[in-house]
Amino acid sequence: MRYFWAAFFMFWPIVAIVIFTISPAMNWWFPGAGDPDSLTKGQSMTPLGVDIDNLFYLILIITSVVFVLTHIALGYVLFRGARDEGKKALFSHGSHALEVMWTIVPTGILIFISLYQLDVWRKFRVMSSFPEAAVEAPVAEVTARQFEWRIRYPAPGKKLQLKPQPDDLYTVNDLHVPTNRPVMIQLRSEDVQHSFFAPQLRVKQDALPGQVIPVWFEVTQAGHYQLTCAELCGWGHYKMKARIVAEPQTQFGKYLHDLRNEQNDDGVQDKKSGDADDE
Amino acid sequence: MSTINPASTPNALAHAVHGEAAHHELSFVRKYIFSTDHKMIGIQFLITTLLMLMVGGALALAVRWQLAYPWKTMPIVGELLFAQQGGQITPEFYTMLFTMHATVMIFLVVIPVLAGAYGNFCIPLMIGADDMAFPTLNMLSYWFMWPAIACFGTSFFVGGGPASGWTSYPLLADLYEAAPGSGWAQNFWLLGVTFIGFSSMMGSINYLTTIINMRAPGMTLFRMPMTIWGMFITAILQAFALPVLTAAGFMQVGDRLFGTVFFIPSGVVVNNAAPTIGGGQPLLWQHLFWFYSHPAVYIMLLPAMGMVSDMLATMCRKPLFGYKPMVYAMAAIAGLGFIVWGHHMFTSGMNPALGMTFMISTMMIALPSAIKTFNWIGTIWGGNIRFNTVFLNCVAFVSMFIVGGLSGIFMAAVPTDIYFHDTYFIVAHFHYVLFGATLFGVFGAIVYWFPKMFGRMMNEKLGKLHFVLTFIGFNGTFFPMHMLGIAGMPRRYADPYLHPYLEHLQPMNLIMTWFAILMGVAQFVLLANFAYSMFLGPKCGRNPWDANSLEWSAPSPPGHGNFDIPPVIYRGPYEFSSPLSGDKDFLMQTEPPVTDNVNDTPPEPDDTA
Repeated sequence: MRYFWAAFFMFWPIVAIVIFTISPAMNWWFPGAGDPDSLTKGQSMTPLGVDIDNLFYLILIITSVVFVLTHIALGYVLFRGARDEGKKALFSHGSHALEVMWTIVPTGILIFISLYQLDVWRKFRVMSSFPEAAVEAPVAEVTARQFEWRIRYPAPGKKLQLKPQPDDLYTVNDLHVPTNRPVMIQLRSEDVQHSFFAPQLRVKQDALPGQVIPVWFEVTQAGHYQLTCAELCGWGHYKMKARIVAEPQTQFGKYLHDLRNEQNDDGVQDKKSGDADDE
Repeated sequence: MSTINPASTPNALAHAVHGEAAHHELSFVRKYIFSTDHKMIGIQFLITTLLMLMVGGALALAVRWQLAYPWKTMPIVGELLFAQQGGQITPEFYTMLFTMHATVMIFLVVIPVLAGAYGNFCIPLMIGADDMAFPTLNMLSYWFMWPAIACFGTSFFVGGGPASGWTSYPLLADLYEAAPGSGWAQNFWLLGVTFIGFSSMMGSINYLTTIINMRAPGMTLFRMPMTIWGMFITAILQAFALPVLTAAGFMQVGDRLFGTVFFIPSGVVVNNAAPTIGGGQPLLWQHLFWFYSHPAVYIMLLPAMGMVSDMLATMCRKPLFGYKPMVYAMAAIAGLGFIVWGHHMFTSGMNPALGMTFMISTMMIALPSAIKTFNWIGTIWGGNIRFNTVFLNCVAFVSMFIVGGLSGIFMAAVPTDIYFHDTYFIVAHFHYVLFGATLFGVFGAIVYWFPKMFGRMMNEKLGKLHFVLTFIGFNGTFFPMHMLGIAGMPRRYADPYLHPYLEHLQPMNLIMTWFAILMGVAQFVLLANFAYSMFLGPKCGRNPWDANSLEWSAPSPPGHGNFDIPPVIYRGPYEFSSPLSGDKDFLMQTEPPVTDNVNDTPPEPDDTA
C-alpha cells in the first residue's frame, strides 16, 4: 500500500504531461487563423503575437523541466520513504550547500526570464517605441460600451481626430484594418471597463472610461479574426462578439469608400455624384 | 495550587492547576456559543467555514453546470428559481454565481479557516499560553463573521445579487445603471466585506500580541513551529494591508450612495443615463483593491505552508529541512507580497514602465516559493514515512503547489500575460494555489489536529477515500483549465460557445463539470467522517502522532487554560529521530534534557550532504 501511494503521486504528473503533449493535436491550443485544418493553426497572425508565442514556448520548456525534475525528486523521496518505513529516519536539519544552490539557480533563471521578455513588452506597450507609421495615422477609434464595439474611422484621406468629425464613418462590431503594416487604434470606453481582446492576434488591452489608450498591431495575413471582451462588463459580457477584418491596403481603401457612400446615401441622390465630391 | 494527580481527568487537572480561574462550570451559552476560549472559537470557525465550503461549492457547481450545458434546465433548483425562463440560468444570475462563489470561498472559507480556525486553535497551544491575549476580542472576531454572512446572504435576495465579480471593479460596481438589479445587493456586499475586515483585523491584532508577548519560558522565536511563523507573518500582512481595502470599500460606498466621485470620471454614459460628472479614476480602485488582495493571496497560503511543514516533519519522523531558510523564505514572501500587486493590472492601461517593475518583483517572489518547495522535498527525503491521510494531503499540497507556482511564471512575464490575462489559464493557476495547495493543507490539518480538538481520532479509511476522490476530482476539473486558457477562453463568460473559436471546447467543459461534481460529492465524505468521528471516533491520548510540538503535551482535548503542567521549552519542534531521543523517534519540546551536561542544541547543518 505504501508503494501504491508513492506511485499515486507519480501517476498524475505523467497524465498531465501526456495531456499537454497531445493538446496541440487535439486543438486545445492557441487559436490561429482560418480553418482549423490549415497549416497555420495555432500560429499568431501578428509579429508581436509570434514573439509572445515564442516567449510562451520558452517558459513552457523551462517550467516543464522544473516540473519533471521536482516530481522525479518527489517520487524518489516517496519511494525511498516507502521502502524505509520502520527504519529510523535520517537525522538532518538541512544542508547549507543545497540551500545556496537552490537559491542561486532559480534566481538566475528568473532574472534571465525577466530580462529576456522586457523587449517584447517595450514593443507592445511603450508609446515611444511604437512604429512611426502606426502612430502617425491611427486607423480607427474603437469605443467599447455595454455590450458592443463602436468603431469610428476618419473619412478617406483624412486623419483621425480626437473629437468626432462630421465626415467620420461609423460601424458596429466590425473593425477593418489593412494588412502588412502596423496599425494603431485609439481605444476608449463609453461606460464601464472593457477589454479589447483579439485572441488570434494575441492583443489585449483594457478600455478605461475617461481615458484614450493607443493599441497597435500588425496583421500579416488577410482574414477574419475574433474580437471579444476580456474584462467583466455586466451581464452581457459574453455577448460582446465582434470581428476584425484584415485586408490588403487597396481593399481596405475601397471598404472605407463604400462605407462612406453607404453612410452618405440619402436615397435620393445618385450615388455616383456623391462620390465625385472629393475625387 | 493543589498538587497534580496524574490519575485525574484532563479537565480536572486543568482546574486544579488554574484554581480560581476556572472553578465554576460555564453555562451552555458561555461555553459553546459566546465562548471566550480560543479552542472553542477555533472549532466554531472551523465548523462555520466547512459549512460555507459547501455553500461555495454549490455555487461553483452551478457555474460548471452552465459551462457544460449552456442554457439547459438546471437540475433540482432550476425549475424552482427560474420558472419564467423554463429553469434555465439567466446571464445575470450566472454573473452573480461566480461573484458569490469567489466571495464565499475567499472571505468565508479560506481566510477564516486558516487564520480563524487554526490560528485560534493552534497559537496559544503551540506557544504555551493559556489563551489569547484578548479573549473577548477573539470572541468578537468570530461573531463579526455572522453579520458578514448575513450581509452576503441578504445580497442574494435584494435585486439580482452582486454582479461585478469579487474584484468589484468600478464603474460596473460603482454606478447603479451599469448592472441593473444589483443596486442594494452591491451595497450589502460591500458592507459584508467590511464586517469580514473587522473580524480579520481583531484576529490579527490578537495573534500578534499573543505570539509576541505570551510565549512560554524557553520558547524563543526560532523555536516556534512553522505553523506559528505562518500565522505570525499572516497577521502582520493582514494588519497592514486590510485597512486599505476597508478604506476603498468605504470610498465605493460613498460613490454609490453619497455622491462622491472617487472612481468616476466625467462624461461616462451608462445605459443611456445622463453623463456622469466626476473627475475620479477607476484605476485607483484597482490599485487599492489589489494592494490588499494580493497580500491576501499570501494570507490564504502562508498559514497552510506552515501547517504543512509541521505535518510533513511529523509524518516523516524527520526534522524539517532548512528551518531557518523556511522562515526567511516566508518573511520574504510577505515582504515582496506588498510590492507585486500591479501584476494584476498589466493590461489595465497603467504606465508600462510601472508594469516592468511589478514584473521584476513578481518574478522574484517565485524564488522563496521555490526554496520552500525544495525544502519540503528535502524534509521527506530519508524519512520514515507514515502514509496516512495527513501525509497524503500534505504531499498533494506540495505537488499541486508546484503546478500553481510554475503556471504563475507565465503570468508574471508581462508579454505572455497580455494573452493570458482574464482567461481560464488564470483560473487554473489560482485554483491550483488556493484549492490545490491551501485546501489540501487544510484537509490534512483537519485530520491532524482533530484528536486535539475533540479527543478522538478521525476515521482513516474515510479520510483516504475523501482524499483520493478529491484529488482526482480536483485535477480533472482544474488541469484542463490550462488548456482552455491557452485556447483563449475568457473568464466570466456565461456562454463562451457563442464565439466560434471556442465552440469545440464544450465537450472538454462537460467532462470537467463531471469531475467537479465528483469533487463536490467527495466533500460529504469529509463531513460524514467529521461528524461521526466527533462523537464515535476512537479515543486517543495526548500525543497520538508522536509529535514534538507543545500542543501535544496538553490533554486531548485541553481543558480550560490548556496546560495542566506549565510548559517549559528546551528545544525546537523538529527533533525527530534524534540520537538523543533513545528508543523513541521523537523528543518533545517540553521534555527536559537527560542530563544537565548534554548539549542539546541541534547540530549545525551538514555541508557535505
